Amino acid sequence: MSRDGRLVAIAGGAGLVYLVLAILMGVLPGMALSKTAPGPGVTPLTPEQEAGRAVYVAEGCSYCHTQQVRPLAMDKVFGRPSAAGDYAYATPELLGSERTGPDLSNVGVRQPAEVWQYIHLYDPRAVVPPSIMPSYRWLFRVVPSAPPGETAVALPPAYAPKSGVVVPTARAKALVAYLLSLKQPALSPEMQKAAQEAEQAMAPAKPAAGQAAAPASAGAAKGFDYAATGPNLYAANCAACHGAQGTGVAGAFPPLVNDPVVTASDPAEHLKVVLDGLHGKAIGGTAYGGQMPAFASQLSDEQIAAIVDHERTAWGNHAPTVTPADVARVRKGGR
Amino acid sequence: MASESIAQRDADDRELTRLLGAYIAFATGWLVLSTAVGIIVAYKFAYPEFLTNPYFSFGRLRPIHTNDTFYAWASMALVGLAFYVACKTCATRLYSITWGWVTLALFNVAAVLGTIALDLGVNNGDQEYREWVWWIEALFLVAVLTAAYNLIMTVARRRDDDVYLSNWYTMGGIIWTLILATVAFIPWYQNGLGQVAVQGFFMHNAVGMWFTPLTLGLFYYVLPKLLNRPIYSYALGVLAFWTNLVFYPIIGAHHFIFSPLPWWLQTLAIVFSVAMLVPVWAGSANFLLTMRGRWEQVRRSYALPFVFVGVLGYLLGSTQGTFEAFRSLQAVWHLTNFTVGHSHLTMYTFITFGIWGGIYALLPRATGRAPSLVLTGLHFWLATVGMAIYILALSIGGTVQGLVWMSGAPFIDSVTAIAPDWLWRSIGGSLMFASHLLFAWNVWLMLGGSQRVPSRVEPIAEVA
Repeated sequence: MSRDGRLVAIAGGAGLVYLVLAILMGVLPGMALSKTAPGPGVTPLTPEQEAGRAVYVAEGCSYCHTQQVRPLAMDKVFGRPSAAGDYAYATPELLGSERTGPDLSNVGVRQPAEVWQYIHLYDPRAVVPPSIMPSYRWLFRVVPSAPPGETAVALPPAYAPKSGVVVPTARAKALVAYLLSLKQPALSPEMQKAAQEAEQAMAPAKPAAGQAAAPASAGAAKGFDYAATGPNLYAANCAACHGAQGTGVAGAFPPLVNDPVVTASDPAEHLKVVLDGLHGKAIGGTAYGGQMPAFASQLSDEQIAAIVDHERTAWGNHAPTVTPADVARVRKGGR
Repeated sequence: MASESIAQRDADDRELTRLLGAYIAFATGWLVLSTAVGIIVAYKFAYPEFLTNPYFSFGRLRPIHTNDTFYAWASMALVGLAFYVACKTCATRLYSITWGWVTLALFNVAAVLGTIALDLGVNNGDQEYREWVWWIEALFLVAVLTAAYNLIMTVARRRDDDVYLSNWYTMGGIIWTLILATVAFIPWYQNGLGQVAVQGFFMHNAVGMWFTPLTLGLFYYVLPKLLNRPIYSYALGVLAFWTNLVFYPIIGAHHFIFSPLPWWLQTLAIVFSVAMLVPVWAGSANFLLTMRGRWEQVRRSYALPFVFVGVLGYLLGSTQGTFEAFRSLQAVWHLTNFTVGHSHLTMYTFITFGIWGGIYALLPRATGRAPSLVLTGLHFWLATVGMAIYILALSIGGTVQGLVWMSGAPFIDSVTAIAPDWLWRSIGGSLMFASHLLFAWNVWLMLGGSQRVPSRVEPIAEVA
């Protein structure tokens, strides 16, 4: 081979091989998958949610929060497995590569309370004491009193500024609008089947912890499962708003300690609130800004019974406990 | 060239040395800056209210740390060294010193603008290693393009007919990166999940088709030069070159295992992640066999211990990457801090140590000025011990994180469980950062701050 031929063969050949592979492995999959049709119920964002997504990107939220629920048992707490059609309007993609904080694919369902999102963004430790998330105080303003049409964020006194009140800026409102828009629509039956198959392929032999166990398995002999205990499920699902010690957040989330519904001897109302959620009801003459999500679709009868039992017997509460059968009855609309 | 006078050759050498010195000086400055940012970010895990301010927030500083490490420190150092290696292996002068300076200026302008933009929250969508907005990336690409032209034209002027292996790798890396970044930064065809596919392809190739080949090219020059013996097997080096080229572009989707990307794309990526063992083991074996029986010489050298750790980093980091791709292990480690440990095992233990080896080997030869023996030893041991603590802490912590998730405990338990490991990571990172300051002082010594050593060979401990 000639002098120049050698150089052309090495540099040109290597370049050409790579160009072909880049098209095959990068460009063509990229083009094909970009045409993925939106899944049922997946809709474009509103302009405000779109602006909130831009805040999410600018502040680098996806360096700690994923938006991909894997078909693995441990991911069930975050929602159903993500499907290709979920991302039709999600550009730039925000799947993320690290989960230092929880996955947010379905956070609008899991944590629908606007006021919780504001408190948490202003100072995450105000509602989740062990959290290491940064405080996003620059998305808020401290003013002497809330201007007309604005609502002050109901911060616990220990986390509030010494004087004045905290109100969200337009960027914070947009960001929260975006977060609350993150709701996974139900999968079509075929997609559900595909997701289940993928999950079974990866599932270990024993049923996974935290999974919505079928009522038939309730009587089956099984070892102690910490994940299924009331205190654990309470910490995972309820403590962010009602507090690890059931004390709530004044003005935002009611306390559970000595609450008349939680300590009533008839558990029906308590179960109904957990199953269906609650919003806008004054408790003991106090109004609360928070919105409680419905857990009927997120937790099994066994899990709800465990949580409710914990709430009825912890922190000095002494109320009769419930069984999964009680939950099933209230779920069906009985009392 | 016979027509060139000795005086002319000396003048060319001086110009090349000045250029190399400038690349290393700027790269070192960026290393100190990007790792200072890394330290701030690391301490925020233990003290989340440390520096609560938009311009010092985690979400903005993290991409500054990664991008400046990639596109400022490692890119500038490796391109500067690649120019120098090309001139020496081809026994010629650099095709254009002027364009060499233009390339360096463009690299720096892109890095300054990229850093400022990211700190203002202006980015390309939180997509790792392509966070710079397109027009800043375009400046970086023009820098790479000018480097490609300069490098290829230099190799075209070589004295021998053969092209030495180092130049295969450096020319390849530069050409591949031009193609890769162009493909990745064209936005028009990338939407939703399609962008995820391109991101998987890009983020892995940005490492493996840019830093890996440039560092391997450096090893193929430095090892034979310092040990004064030929590379163990030239053919093995050629095999590694072509297999790396063919296998690497296929493995990108292993960053999105269990995602909604097509299952076959993920499986293909896993299969070729195993195939990557061929170039990795071929390359590592080639370097280790070149060093065989010369360990005393390695130990006494300023540069070779760094190269040795670099080779081990290449072997361990890449082999670990293969195993991480398996679905069974991904189920535990994916999305945890284990990945951050892995990326430091590769970008730090392999690439950064490799660059240090190249600088300690070649810069004293170029300038005739030696680094301090004590500082070099301290640099080596602080960086090595710090890196070991860092990687061990995150590997353990990441595993704990994955196991807590699998146990079904509340998510916040995974945050508290890894907290001690995050603190250890900060300690390891602090040692690494301290070593960079010593390295910077050494660079100053090699650039003119120390006495000129009489002979233009690498200083050896017993001589110095």
